[in-house]
Amino acid sequence: MTHTSQQPLRVLAAMSGGVDSAVAAARAAEAGHDVTGVHLALSANPQSFRTGARGCCTIEDSHDARRAADVIGIPFYVWDLADRFREDVVDDFVAEYEAGRTPNPCLRCNEKIKFAALLDKALALGFDAVCTGHYAQVIVREDGTRELHRASDMAKDQSYVLGVLDDRQLAHALFPLGDTLTTKDEIRAEAERRGLAVAKKPDSHDICFIADGDTQGFLAKRLGRAEGDIVDESGAKIGTHEGAYGFTIGQRKGLRIGTPAADGKPRYVLDISPVNNTVTVGPAAALDVDGLTAIRPRWCGAAPTGPGTYTAQLRAHGGETEVTAELVDGTLEVTFTEPVRGVAPGQAIVLYDGTRVVGSATIATTTRTAAGVA
Amino acid sequence: MAYLDHAATTPMLPEAVEALTAQLGVTGNASSLHAAGRRARRTVEEARETLAESLGARPSEVVFTSGGTEADNLAVKGLYWARRDADPARVRVLASPVEHHAVLDAVHWLGEHEGAEIEYLPVDPYGRVHPDALREAIARDPGSVALATVMWANNEIGTITPVRELADVASEFGVPLHADAVQAFGQVPVSFTDSGLAAMTVSGHKVGGPYGIGALLLGREYSPVPVLHGGGQERHVRSGTLDVPAVASFAVAGRIAAEQQQWFAHEIGALRDSLIEEVRRVVPDAILGGDPVDRLPANAHFTFPGCEGDSLLLLLDAQGIECSTGSACTAGVAQPSHVLLATGTDPDLARGTLRFSLGHTSTQADVEAVTKAIGPVVERARAAGLS
Repeated sequence: MTHTSQQPLRVLAAMSGGVDSAVAAARAAEAGHDVTGVHLALSANPQSFRTGARGCCTIEDSHDARRAADVIGIPFYVWDLADRFREDVVDDFVAEYEAGRTPNPCLRCNEKIKFAALLDKALALGFDAVCTGHYAQVIVREDGTRELHRASDMAKDQSYVLGVLDDRQLAHALFPLGDTLTTKDEIRAEAERRGLAVAKKPDSHDICFIADGDTQGFLAKRLGRAEGDIVDESGAKIGTHEGAYGFTIGQRKGLRIGTPAADGKPRYVLDISPVNNTVTVGPAAALDVDGLTAIRPRWCGAAPTGPGTYTAQLRAHGGETEVTAELVDGTLEVTFTEPVRGVAPGQAIVLYDGTRVVGSATIATTTRTAAGVA
Repeated sequence: MAYLDHAATTPMLPEAVEALTAQLGVTGNASSLHAAGRRARRTVEEARETLAESLGARPSEVVFTSGGTEADNLAVKGLYWARRDADPARVRVLASPVEHHAVLDAVHWLGEHEGAEIEYLPVDPYGRVHPDALREAIARDPGSVALATVMWANNEIGTITPVRELADVASEFGVPLHADAVQAFGQVPVSFTDSGLAAMTVSGHKVGGPYGIGALLLGREYSPVPVLHGGGQERHVRSGTLDVPAVASFAVAGRIAAEQQQWFAHEIGALRDSLIEEVRRVVPDAILGGDPVDRLPANAHFTFPGCEGDSLLLLLDAQGIECSTGSACTAGVAQPSHVLLATGTDPDLARGTLRFSLGHTSTQADVEAVTKAIGPVVERARAAGLS
């Protein structure tokens, strides 16, 4: 196994205006690559004063990214990918919630925007690679094939949201932050040392296109209020809701059910049925699932044949679970070694072999331990 | 390096640098009565006279501002307020749709906040307002027009407007006409008196002077309501202590620009002609924007079908060729140019534009650099397509 190749490349660095992508771009430039910075304008802003203008929602972020690029000493551009982002990420996000699933828009953005729309344009313009501030590693094997691995610092690892990348995309990806044991404080210190003003900028955690963090409000605005029933496992109505799309499997807070459960224990969302606009709740134990099926599998390399044993991650920042997985007629069938609680359709399952990402797929259905099949 | 963005800003003339630096160490507020003040005032008034002479105006018609943007705002808002105050029926503002944002956004603001009724004058495919179009718009209800504003020469596509004929129409109805002459000054003959305009904007850094200084040429019968209130400098229409070094330097640059205008039109115009010829030879489907003949001598504007202007810019920048897609955009997000849209250009087509603007330091080597680069650059940008 060899390290990421270091011959000079023409690199397009995606710069969000945050500290990670700024340091990533600076490291790429320092490594001798010919780096150009680009900030992606992803949201149309109708409030802009300029007549007919369309800016990104975060003029400040674009300014911060430009300042960082100037300090690093690289050219900088703003590319308007708002149309693609709306179609491929935002509309999909809303449609997934509407269908009772829980999407991960960051993953979708990496698959469809950063390593598709952006990468394709970069390659066409003569760039060799796209560089981002993700914490993950690309390792080039002696035979030239590329592998995606978890970041050296497991606590910062973001390989989960990159699990959708195939080997062609990986061949053109550069993650300068992934291969060093670096805490966030050290990255900030490095930014400070490099004179990057974003060193003290707070981390962004929220979904970038929902600036106020109010996902429910965002969905309600697009999908409208749709009152429906909250039922228990027996189907008895125990409350009402204002839109089934507002819930996530495993959710406990915000159910607003008047009457307590018979056993007095907290109730969780077990199922969301958009067809009859019904949300089913029940005890925590009923959230246990022992398997799942997942669709749209993508592999970082050749698709595995036959059943295999892997560790799996089922949500961003989630822990690892031991699984057996097999590809059957294009669908990934997964069995957990131990039951897992609260698996939400729409999320991705990413399969790992040690630290190596094997592939990913979108969770479609789950099978319940409660059904008695162990 | 090939710098072909002189319409954004052009290098300062050595004489202007000298005039500026000579004044930087001199103390004196031009409004003060003591010797230092008198010295500063003398410098300012001499500069005013020089600039007036360069622009075919009387010294009293020169109102110094912080630049083109402020002069445009003062003309548009100030004349609107003054004319409406004199007669509340005057609320119509007639504007060409190809204006610089300093005019366009000021006009738009009047519509949003001051009850103005904005009418955009029709333009031909070269972006030119015809006198008949202005006549039609005013004649519909002459008593309701506050002002009209046009552009002497367009900053993006270079088309020259028949300012004198438009001013004749406006004055027939007693309507003040303002023209933004920021790009015209130094490139075509500009005489404020002969133009018949009520107000005219010029800027320092576009003619080899410093940033942050400009002027509104203002007929003596007009008293626009000030945008900046204060000490009453500049005929009480533009308060603020004058920037003596910038004023002196601007006057020097303006004088040289006016003196060299014919040389510029001939020599730089010839360079520009060869640039257009070469680009069209290498990229036969490139579309020349603006009037092919009656245009700024230093402007070459092209549309490259199937290309994103930003891609062209990035690729040329990587080869040391500095130009622009149109006018600079602060937010950095490329928009199809409002100028091209106003001329009826298809929005997708309007995304693939490049403006090469030459200036007093341009050379044959600059043209050759573009000739060498443009073919492969367009090919590559076309492959990248429209995102």
